[in-house]
Amino acid sequence: MIIKGKIWKFKDNVDTDVIIPARYLNTSDPEELALHCMEDYDQEFVKKMDKGDIIVAGKNFGCGSSREHAPIALKAAGVSCIIAQSFARIFFRNAINIGLPIFESEEITDQCSEGELLKVDTEKGIMENIKKGKTYKLNSLPAFIQNIISLGGLREYVKEEVKRRKRDV
Amino acid sequence: MGKTIVEKILSAHTDTNNFKTGEIIKARVDFAFANDITAPIAIKYFKESGARQVFDKKRVGLIPDHFAPNKDIKSAEQCKLLREFAHEYEIENYFEIGKMGIEHALLPEKGLILPGDIVVGADSHTDTSGALGAFAIGVGSTDLAAIMVLGEVWLKVPPTIKFVYSGKLNKWVSGKDLILYTISKIGVDGANYKVMEFSGEVIKRLSMDNRFTMCNMAIEAGAKTGIIEPDEITLEYLKGRAKRPYQIYKSDTDAHYEKIIEIDVSKIEPQVAFPHLPENAKPISEIDNIKIDQSIIGSCTNGRIEDLRIAAEILKGQQVHSEVRLIVIPVTQDVYLKAIQEGLVEIFIAAGAAVSTPTCGPCLGGYMGILAKGERAISTTNRNFVGRMGHPESEVYLASPAVAAASAILGRIASPEEVKQG
Repeated sequence: MIIKGKIWKFKDNVDTDVIIPARYLNTSDPEELALHCMEDYDQEFVKKMDKGDIIVAGKNFGCGSSREHAPIALKAAGVSCIIAQSFARIFFRNAINIGLPIFESEEITDQCSEGELLKVDTEKGIMENIKKGKTYKLNSLPAFIQNIISLGGLREYVKEEVKRRKRDV
Repeated sequence: MGKTIVEKILSAHTDTNNFKTGEIIKARVDFAFANDITAPIAIKYFKESGARQVFDKKRVGLIPDHFAPNKDIKSAEQCKLLREFAHEYEIENYFEIGKMGIEHALLPEKGLILPGDIVVGADSHTDTSGALGAFAIGVGSTDLAAIMVLGEVWLKVPPTIKFVYSGKLNKWVSGKDLILYTISKIGVDGANYKVMEFSGEVIKRLSMDNRFTMCNMAIEAGAKTGIIEPDEITLEYLKGRAKRPYQIYKSDTDAHYEKIIEIDVSKIEPQVAFPHLPENAKPISEIDNIKIDQSIIGSCTNGRIEDLRIAAEILKGQQVHSEVRLIVIPVTQDVYLKAIQEGLVEIFIAAGAAVSTPTCGPCLGGYMGILAKGERAISTTNRNFVGRMGHPESEVYLASPAVAAASAILGRIASPEEVKQG
């Protein structure tokens, strides 16, 4: 998969309360959640960003609550992929499970600026800062997780498992 | 080489032999649960999966606690989904308003989470039950749906950091202060993907309520979970509660730890974590005249009976400051009833506090104590992120029930010593 988009930069420890404030968690409708994505950080974020844009962040992205509404809101808002120095573990699982591409990279945060165009090649495990003409390596994911992604997310994996178990009975 | 308690629990729940740290394994789950925020998505995906029933009707919990009692129409719809799903799929452990409590206090209290268990909850504070010597981890809704179907979870075998607490605890220093201090030393991602094993002579003497508080906030250092080896105090807590047989595991003396961190508690004062990260803890003696508008005593972190007893000890015969709202929220109905029987609720109300039925409510800015722009709260809850309790320009300071009670009386962040000598 090739993902191309403009960069929005975030600092360390972006928490899920900022990604989607709890006051909106009385719904799980992706479109409704998307309207409020990052609003306590920047009221205009959703209006300013374009579909397909990429978030580049520091360490511990998605810390805090286990709310899956956070990656759901980002995905529905049109964020195509997130690259961070590190992710909080529950956010990492949630993003993989709902099919929001996320990657870890040590170098990227320091070497990219907001607004620059980034091209991510998930198969080759590289990304390219088009303006700077520089290429960076993405940390690869374990085989088990790659399998979940290739099936189309955990839901598809579970459906396959249910069919298999019904056959085995 | 020996094994840690977590390695032993994982070994007992997987078919993978001789797994290594960092390896991904599938593990059988003993208990799985979700709340009114996370369950609706899980229920949707469960129904889509093709499964006819949950993996075990006795081992799934559904608890409306976050925006319940229903705070608005949308929340009412979410809670209704849980209720109907529980009925349709004959889920035994659905807890209705009037019988409920905040999930992480309620499930151990009811004896549904036990030592040696693998527990997975669709809520980040699932780590709380590590205090019983269970491996308890938080996940999101899709993971929970998968577990409700399959009864197993995929997980990466985590390394463990061992924390050894020694020395004599100072007056008014509780489990909350120990964990805030610990997080301030390692940072909010200091244990990311790792287990925090709390040990040492101080932990051996610590009550269950304080142990729950410590494990509850392991996630605030990014940890996969917190855990404490079961001992006599654990067994005493389990008497008359445990709903099934359980297995006690302990770490071997030659177990491998990624790191061992020794902490001398005799130097620790009551702590207050400043906005907007739980790692910003300062000792109370260094805090100067920070006025507050609200004080919250409650939550899965600090709404248990011992927390309420300490708050009542400080509030007895005192008045809440005229410019402060004090809201006390017992964590479960059992704790609430006990607080009434012990006369604690009377002390709170006489002091001018509001006492609420159990709910997560204000902790995550749901309801029952939302902050306006520019307002400031001291709170016994677990997070002080931007906008956590209301307006994005409000502030939350995290502390123990003793500090929250003393601050409510004096109208500023204050040490319990200022209200009560010795």
